[in-house]
Amino acid sequence: MKSFTGKTLRWEWRDGVIELTLDREPANEIGLTLLAELEQFVAAFEALAPETAACIIYSERKQGFSAGADLRELYQGAAQLSEKERLASVRAFLERIHAAFNAIDAAPFTTIAAVHGVCFGGGLELALTCDIIVADKMARFAFPELRLGLIPGFGGIPRLKRDLGNAFVRDLLLTGRSVNATRAQSVGLVAQLAAEGEALRIARATAAQVVKFDGVTRAAAKNFIKTIPHDELRREIDLFCELFARPTVMAALKKFVESSDAMPYLP
Amino acid sequence: MRTLEQTTQEVLDLASKHFNVPEGSLAPEDDFFKKLGIDSLQTLEMLSRLENHFGIELPDYEVQGVSDFRTLASRIQSRL
Repeated sequence: MKSFTGKTLRWEWRDGVIELTLDREPANEIGLTLLAELEQFVAAFEALAPETAACIIYSERKQGFSAGADLRELYQGAAQLSEKERLASVRAFLERIHAAFNAIDAAPFTTIAAVHGVCFGGGLELALTCDIIVADKMARFAFPELRLGLIPGFGGIPRLKRDLGNAFVRDLLLTGRSVNATRAQSVGLVAQLAAEGEALRIARATAAQVVKFDGVTRAAAKNFIKTIPHDELRREIDLFCELFARPTVMAALKKFVESSDAMPYLP
Repeated sequence: MRTLEQTTQEVLDLASKHFNVPEGSLAPEDDFFKKLGIDSLQTLEMLSRLENHFGIELPDYEVQGVSDFRTLASRIQSRL
């Protein structure tokens, strides 16, 4: 399927490049619908891959790339379930997210995240599945999950550890603070900085460069250098589910959902 | 090196420019959430602009609970 338009995202293939546009109000929060459409996207890889050199993932939303998991949907869904059902449901959701993200991570073409605005939590985890992150200077990156009594559950810690030094991972994770794109580039998270509003243009220029290379060689090089940390990803799911079972998590989710704070993602 | 007064003025100028508020209409003791009418995501945008302008990093938790320009400027000043 060379093009698709769904409720939360769309993609289009042109001249060897897929552009996946995230477009779910307000800030591409990742819930069941976006996940289902990401699964459709991943399912199209086999057919698209032979003619595809690069894939750009970017956001149509002014607020940014993605604010992360849809916490309202998570809370409202979980609140109606028994504890046992809640944990089973969360695990099932994580398994699906991991399957989709792992497929993007291992895609046989070069993936480029073009980031602006907020790239938090699950949104950062989606960006981390990409080979290259291009960010405009107003982009911000964070793992604020500890404020909910959780860790990132979409594969963020294993992927960030794969790509960067442990010290920066500890800083982001243990403080929950957001960092700007300049800082993110200085530590190697962001490959290229763009002026405000220019991330997509630069991602397209990068994709145009990638298209020039032989596909077999490109895929082999990527496969050689980019390992998927499967064991750690599985352990992350287990740890997330262990933490999710604690009563403090539902209380924190409720507080977030009901908050009118100016900066609700901070504890 | 900038004085706190200079830093405060630069914060006010930057805020009025980027949030389309008439120049000179912001005061150091003003509540920037109320005066600028900004939400949490726009607060992050302001944080990025301040960091880029002053060449510093300003962790979000440093500005938690801060709502006036003068206190914000003092947080920035301590990182110059």
